[in-house]
Amino acid sequence: MSHTREDKTLAERLEAKGFGRRDFVRLFSLAAAAVGLPKEALAAVAQVKKRPSVIWLHFQECTGCTETLLRASHPEITEVILEAISLDYHETLFAAAGHQIEEALQTAMKENAGKYICVVEGAIPTKDNGIYCKVAGKTALESLNEVAGNAAAVIALGSCASFGGLPAADPNPTGAKGVPEIFSKKPVVTLPGCPANPYNLLGVVLQYVTFGTLPKLDTLGRPTFAYGRTIHEDCPRRPHFDAGRFAKVFGDQGHRDGYCLYELGCKGPVTYANCSIKHFCDVDGAWPIGIGHPCAGCTEQATLFRTPLYDTVQIKRPTPPDQYPPIAVEHPAPSPVAIGFGGAIVGAAIGAGLITAKKLGNGSEPEKKDEKKEA
Amino acid sequence: MDRRNFLKSLALAGGAAAAAPAIAHEKEARPESKGMLYDSTRCIGCKACVVACREANNLPPAQSDGLHDVQQELNGTTKNVIKLYKDPDDPSVFAFMKQQCMHCVDPACTSACMLGALKKTAEGPVTYDKSSCIGCRYCQVACPFNVPKFEWYTPVPKIVKCELCPERTAQGKLPACVDVCPRQAVIYGTREELLKEAHLRLEKNPKLYQPKVYGEHDLGGTNVLYLSAVPFTKLGLPEKGDRSGASVSETVQEGVYQSFITPLVLYGGLAATVFRNWKKGRKNDDEGGEEEEAS
Repeated sequence: MSHTREDKTLAERLEAKGFGRRDFVRLFSLAAAAVGLPKEALAAVAQVKKRPSVIWLHFQECTGCTETLLRASHPEITEVILEAISLDYHETLFAAAGHQIEEALQTAMKENAGKYICVVEGAIPTKDNGIYCKVAGKTALESLNEVAGNAAAVIALGSCASFGGLPAADPNPTGAKGVPEIFSKKPVVTLPGCPANPYNLLGVVLQYVTFGTLPKLDTLGRPTFAYGRTIHEDCPRRPHFDAGRFAKVFGDQGHRDGYCLYELGCKGPVTYANCSIKHFCDVDGAWPIGIGHPCAGCTEQATLFRTPLYDTVQIKRPTPPDQYPPIAVEHPAPSPVAIGFGGAIVGAAIGAGLITAKKLGNGSEPEKKDEKKEA
Repeated sequence: MDRRNFLKSLALAGGAAAAAPAIAHEKEARPESKGMLYDSTRCIGCKACVVACREANNLPPAQSDGLHDVQQELNGTTKNVIKLYKDPDDPSVFAFMKQQCMHCVDPACTSACMLGALKKTAEGPVTYDKSSCIGCRYCQVACPFNVPKFEWYTPVPKIVKCELCPERTAQGKLPACVDVCPRQAVIYGTREELLKEAHLRLEKNPKLYQPKVYGEHDLGGTNVLYLSAVPFTKLGLPEKGDRSGASVSETVQEGVYQSFITPLVLYGGLAATVFRNWKKGRKNDDEGGEEEEAS
């Protein structure tokens, strides 16, 4: 890629490409809001001059993450991505091939050593020394260690790169693993999802470009801005769940009416992701539950390809339903029958006590009589 | 002493005990003690307080269908619950009710608690100390609001009830239910402030509310006050006068023992019986036991 535009700011570069200020504000507000950047960050983003070099590695995957990224199209995200960053190596998007792109990779790594962002898409086979995935004669393992080792930040994009995903599903013939399992020299930002939401990637890159920092991560390396809450918590069908209205089979009246998909196997209650509030490709409703299919739990290692798609999951933190217990009068006045019954028992007890007291003296008499007879 | 005399003396002693002068017992509300004011007309029934209470107190959900946290009543895992009153005749009349410990000024539970595990603090809340609890559950029977609950499901059970979030208030935070309420239907403050606010609301909107602040005087007063548009009994709050149950029961108990009356009657009766039987036995011994008993 050429490096001639480095003297202009991002805003100027975009303007030259025909993007108005409004387009810019709209796009970056979305991305900045996604990552939780303050409003002021927008001005800082517009002033970014140096486009950070990005090296994008493909391993065992379907390229769905890249395809999704290319389809975030309002405005043309491909153009913006190319303007905001310097994508120096990407096997899908390169026009060139063979030795040319290998040379581009080596050049980018040398020129930006320790400063580039390494994005990994796809799982890495580890069985038999990783011979099941080779690019330019190098195994995925070798490429990863070489490229990620010199990177400033490593981003594992999609479920395959984050924890193995589909290639690592049983019986996992190639010993596929995610980046964090193999590469532990520096923290890896994982953005699981099948595919990952492009705005989450853009948000992370944007924060890095602007402030040189990475977002707050959870224990699995996932940014909390995107993976801090479950799908269930922000699901637009949640009121149906609370009210106990469920679609029972695909196509039934409940399904047509947009009822909760939990009983059809929705994994929303155990899946941490922001799909329910950040839909895909800028199209409202473009996410699984939005089109009437249960969440597959694609961001969760324990769920995706490991639990049956249409099995229901255990709700770990149940919340109250959309119904209320009635107010019961808990201390009713005792009925006359009860009072009479209780009175009878008390009276009987007192009477029995008196009679017993009276008989105490009489009881000893027969004994005395016997003693006398013996005497 | 014959039977008639015995009964007579028993009745006399009972009457004396009942007529004993009332022992000064009434406890005064502390205006500076903390409490809550729940305005039923402001509550939207979102149950955020129910969820927040669980989280703040680390209580497990009350599951029944496996999906929802279905709470019908306060129980061993529920310290706060939102209930709904619906008028059986007019569906447009309904009211929400937040049930939790009322933190009474003169609590029946602390009066019934024999080891002082439940204690009314000067700061307002009625607190529970599990180390002195023997699990007798007298507090459950004593409470006029049916609040203290028992952990029936564990081998080492405790009493469970709202304690006004002591950990949170110690850090200067609001109780969890108050903190999370989106409509300030339940607010936290000193009893004095809350009463002032409640009366202000009554004055401003006399048509909306029932014309009293429940808990200002009821059952000796409570630190959790209620405002409602429907009669308080519909919300499950008993209208049983201004005297606290603890004051009634303690007066009777202390009255019975005043001037040593009860022990005197009991031991006097016992002594009379023993004396009578002893005399009778001696008479029988003297006269060869042939004579019929004369009573």
